[in-house]
Amino acid sequence: MLYYPSAIVGLLVVFLLVFTAIYAMIKIPYNEAIRLWRGGEEVWYQNPKFAPPAWFNLFSSKKYSESFAVKTSDGSMTREVTPGAQGTSTMSIAYTFDFSYDYYPQELILYFTSSYEEKQPFISAEWLTPDGRKIRLVNMALSQKQTYRFSQDEKLKTRLRTEEVIPYLFSDPETGALVKGEYQLLITGAAFEPDADINVEFVSHGQVYGLAGTDQARRDLVVPLLWGAPIALAFGLIASLGTSVLTMVIAALGTWYGGWIDELIQRITEINLVLPFLSILIMIGTFYSRSIWVILGATILLSIFTGAIKSYRSIFVQVKESLYIEAARAYGASSPRIVFLYLIPRMIPLLIPGLVSSVPAFVFLEASLAVLGLGDPVLPTWGKIIEDANSNGALYRGYYYWILEPATLLMITGLGFAMLGFALDRIFNPKLRDV
Amino acid sequence: MITELRDLKMNTPKINEPQALLTIQDLRVWYELRRFGFGHAGYVKAVDGVSFALAEGETVAVVGESGCGKSSLMKTILGLNIPTSGEVVFDGENLSGLKGDGLQHYRFKVGYVQQDPYGALPPFMNVQKILEEPLIISGMKSREERLARIHKVMSEVKLHPVEDFLKKFPHMLSGGQQQRIVIARAMLREPKLIVADEPVSMLDASVRVEILKLLRALQESHGLSVIYITHDLSTVKYFSRRIFVMYAGSLIEKADTRQLLGNPLHPYTHALLAATSDPEARNAETFKEVPPGEPPSLVNPPTGCRFHPRCPRFMAGLCDVKFPPDLEPEPGHFVACWLYQ
Repeated sequence: MLYYPSAIVGLLVVFLLVFTAIYAMIKIPYNEAIRLWRGGEEVWYQNPKFAPPAWFNLFSSKKYSESFAVKTSDGSMTREVTPGAQGTSTMSIAYTFDFSYDYYPQELILYFTSSYEEKQPFISAEWLTPDGRKIRLVNMALSQKQTYRFSQDEKLKTRLRTEEVIPYLFSDPETGALVKGEYQLLITGAAFEPDADINVEFVSHGQVYGLAGTDQARRDLVVPLLWGAPIALAFGLIASLGTSVLTMVIAALGTWYGGWIDELIQRITEINLVLPFLSILIMIGTFYSRSIWVILGATILLSIFTGAIKSYRSIFVQVKESLYIEAARAYGASSPRIVFLYLIPRMIPLLIPGLVSSVPAFVFLEASLAVLGLGDPVLPTWGKIIEDANSNGALYRGYYYWILEPATLLMITGLGFAMLGFALDRIFNPKLRDV
Repeated sequence: MITELRDLKMNTPKINEPQALLTIQDLRVWYELRRFGFGHAGYVKAVDGVSFALAEGETVAVVGESGCGKSSLMKTILGLNIPTSGEVVFDGENLSGLKGDGLQHYRFKVGYVQQDPYGALPPFMNVQKILEEPLIISGMKSREERLARIHKVMSEVKLHPVEDFLKKFPHMLSGGQQQRIVIARAMLREPKLIVADEPVSMLDASVRVEILKLLRALQESHGLSVIYITHDLSTVKYFSRRIFVMYAGSLIEKADTRQLLGNPLHPYTHALLAATSDPEARNAETFKEVPPGEPPSLVNPPTGCRFHPRCPRFMAGLCDVKFPPDLEPEPGHFVACWLYQ
């Protein structure tokens, strides 16, 4: 096996995929993955929309701003509380960050949570730039949950005499050039009750995000990319294993028993061969169920009675006449025993390479169905990513990462299995070696 | 009727002969030919009116050229073909009445040695598995018992040391060793009858004699009956007591080996013997006389004696009209030929 470089590469890819699949299932358990994938704004509010992966910056001379989210509750934002008279208290919350990118963030948001009984706490927020300017952002009383979006504060817009708040905050007002350096957000809060409390989360939606970027629903693409692996592998392997094993068993039974059983199998195959496979799947998906298990079952059922049954049959007809089968009949082996212990084992060398090489076909099928909008509505898969990207016009809007990431994984998967399959074919069928 | 009587006569005890183990009466095996998959288009008369009896412990050779129906006869005896008519009685049981378990038990009592040892062994099983299979089928549950039996039989066929062979696959063995495995498989269930279909024709000349001697030794030590099917008369004398000559679906001459080789009666037997090659220097320079023409088609065999179109002593008006009955010109020597009327 090691004499075949393609086998090694193929095996490596397959191992890597299996490893990824296991890692995904351990790292993000199924329920968690579904919650994240189906989650909306409340899960993903920290992420920007349509953000390419952060490593884009490595290949770009102009740097995109990365996203970050800090909060007082976990200490990533400092908060100092000074008690005052009569149960009041003042607190100062500060966050200093280094901004050395060439593009502004998409949005800056403050999420306040406060607790009080009657008197609302009060805050004022200020923005300190590296060149020493101090910009007053907002003064307001807090309700229990309050969100402040910098770019949508109309008062601030009027005060700063600009429509674009974020660029204003990050650039020199004279030249309009972007200023790099240390920025500081200062929030001073005043609480008027002994038990009152204020917590803030400061979120910057940058231009790039994480390892894989995000989609239209701010979802981190790492989740579907990782979880696509086990689903693609499971679908491909189950479909391929089910199809080839069932095809072989049915071909063997038909050949051995002959007569009307064989006729029936042959006629079903011929009818099935002219039926449009994809259209039937689309019909099932449209009218019945889009569950991946239903589609998997239909795929296997429709793939059993195909050309493979004919080619298996042609070989079984030969094997059936062989002397060792005659000997087995002479020493009294029963028909099922002959089919399963004498006919089928002879075909294993043909079965295994075919099985491995047909995995990518089923992986691609699942992806194609997803792209056609017939993917499983619950599961995060590679095909679903492409579908989302497609329906959000990723290619027109330049979000190439969104399509290329799942497409690359699909191609690598296909290539890996194909290479392994070819090598196995050569190992099991030595006649091919010289060809 | 005459045939039957003569056959019965043939079976009458001669030298402290035990009773017949296998009796075949007027056996016919016809394969139907179909036109366009359904219309009837005649029969291939592979075996057409064969009768003989085989005593327990007796060895008999069936000789004939390819396509004469030897294999169909053999497969019918093995229970692989269903006879069109006639009876096969083995050990008092009529084969045509056997179904399911009965047929199964019949098969346990008959061993089968095939022509091509490599083809006869499943290439994906090792020797142990190959030999265990018949035992599993015959219901031997305990693995130890099976292994003990395999050890015993393998040492009988002289595959020593047994352990070295058990884990090997057929392709790792030589032709002779493969054939020993095939013989061991036939011997596993202590059969009463061995059907050997050209057991040495695919082997090297050097191995042939050894395999034949082995078969002979097994036959003698176990008191087996053996039906030895061959087209090669030169190997017959090793252990067959009687020879049946088969031509176009019927047995045309039946006699003791010595009688038949020393005094062949049927013209076809003459020709067959003449065609047998002996490694003698003078044979290299001479051509042998073989009967003209080819073996007849089994779909439309010639009327009368099947051999008459090729026969050098053809008698018009008789041979091409009536099929000759079994005649007995000398005691125990039967021939189906009008010459001896």
